Amino acid sequence: MDAKQIYQTLSEKFTGRIKQFQENTHPASVVVESDAIVDICSFLKRETELEFTSMISLSGVDLKDQGKMLVIYHLGSIRHKHKIALKVELDRNNPHVPTVEKVWPGANWYEREAYDLYGIVFDNHSDLRRILLPDDWEGWPMRKDYVYPKRYHTWDV
Amino acid sequence: MAVVDERFMDLNMGPQHPSTHGVLRLLIKTDGEVVSRVTPYIGYLHRALEKIAERLTYPQFTPFTDRLDYLASMNCNLAYALTVEKLLNIEIPRRAQILRVIMAELNRISSHLIAFGSLSSDMGAFTPFLFGIREREFINDLFEMVCGARLTYNYIRIGGVAQDIPDGFIDKTKEFLDYFPPKIKEYNDLLSYNAIFIKRLANIAVISPEDALDYGVTGPNLRASGIKWDLRREEPYLMYNELDFDIPVGRGEMGRVGDAWDRYMMRIYEMEQSAKIVRQCIDMFQQGDHIAKVPKVLKVPAGEVYVRAENPRGELGFYLISDGSTKPYRLKIRAPSFANLSIVPKLSGGVMIADLVAIIGSLDIILPEIDR
Repeated sequence: MDAKQIYQTLSEKFTGRIKQFQENTHPASVVVESDAIVDICSFLKRETELEFTSMISLSGVDLKDQGKMLVIYHLGSIRHKHKIALKVELDRNNPHVPTVEKVWPGANWYEREAYDLYGIVFDNHSDLRRILLPDDWEGWPMRKDYVYPKRYHTWDV
Repeated sequence: MAVVDERFMDLNMGPQHPSTHGVLRLLIKTDGEVVSRVTPYIGYLHRALEKIAERLTYPQFTPFTDRLDYLASMNCNLAYALTVEKLLNIEIPRRAQILRVIMAELNRISSHLIAFGSLSSDMGAFTPFLFGIREREFINDLFEMVCGARLTYNYIRIGGVAQDIPDGFIDKTKEFLDYFPPKIKEYNDLLSYNAIFIKRLANIAVISPEDALDYGVTGPNLRASGIKWDLRREEPYLMYNELDFDIPVGRGEMGRVGDAWDRYMMRIYEMEQSAKIVRQCIDMFQQGDHIAKVPKVLKVPAGEVYVRAENPRGELGFYLISDGSTKPYRLKIRAPSFANLSIVPKLSGGVMIADLVAIIGSLDIILPEIDR
């Protein structure tokens, strides 16, 4: 199925939850409501004509000027060989989105990484800890307004 | 078997441990020799590459990609160059494409040689490691000829390759192609079909195809589970669609499909195929430019792309958001080893500690690309 058809299938199934279709990205993206993400993902994985077998990647993005955070899910299907990106837009001051760990267990680490670097909270995540940085690190380094620390423990940076 | 809590002991494997293939720490809950749970701790090599990317221009970031998977720097350079070129929409000269494929495949061989060697030394056989290093030395010499470096090449650039090949490179490569394939038989005689080695790996840590997909495992580890998925074939980049090569998949020759031995053997089969690809590329060689015309001050048109390439360890992807300036707005690196390592806790419930070493070795992870 091409991206346009996937978008149409989704908007028929989840009326009102699908916000936008962006054709000029590669792969094409579908912007969806953040609280519907788990339903949408399990639908995408289960449905035989879509069968998104794997979550290729999950990235956080900080859109500081628009006051938004994005989470982008790149999904791919081994059987049908199609790809799509799902996007959810979150409030930058309180970024929250349900975890898709139950759909693709591999999402666990990716979500921990987005939490670690952007401070995006994945609700109901089984193990939401920092993954790349030390547990006592302060702040969310990949945010655009991150202030570099002068000191870490006893070290001058 | 019922076990009481007092019998568990916490054991740290790493961060400084030869079998963790870098600075990886595994916290193991053990019941005697049996592992009950493994928790990986990563991040010891975190250099904030994604943050650095946002502060550098596009060409300036190329040498940083060398430091992702340092055993396959050419492939990392290549994936990054492909990503930026996707937004730039430029035509890569034919000669540059052929050179890129040659370098990528030679680097795949040298990376798999380390995978082969380090797994063997993990299993207690040191000689094969030296065999692997010996052949890799030949490839390092070839790379030194083209770019002067033996580890971090910075050779594949946005638009093509850094410089044309020197005289004698083709002859030396042909010499390697005559020298190398017979060595594979030597590896098989020495290690692959060695009874002790098979006993250590067959039926260990079987990854089912469903699990492999759920956890995003890619590359030889995915193919070992019986799924024929290779981006060189599925989403051909450069000129891979013109080349004739096979994609080996796990068949469970010594045990079950997707066991550690299958994962090991994928690398051996792939080295044969890569040698075959390089030979074809040499026959296709033609004169021409080695790099397309790329402006000195490179402004990349605004847009969003996710581009991926088949690295020795699996799918390396770059998710790039450009705002039209000279620097990336966001560059997310999707590293194959990150996903490949995330399946370890799932695989290692109830295995012996010695088998845990086999699991890590057979997955062939590399830490700098996990920690970035």
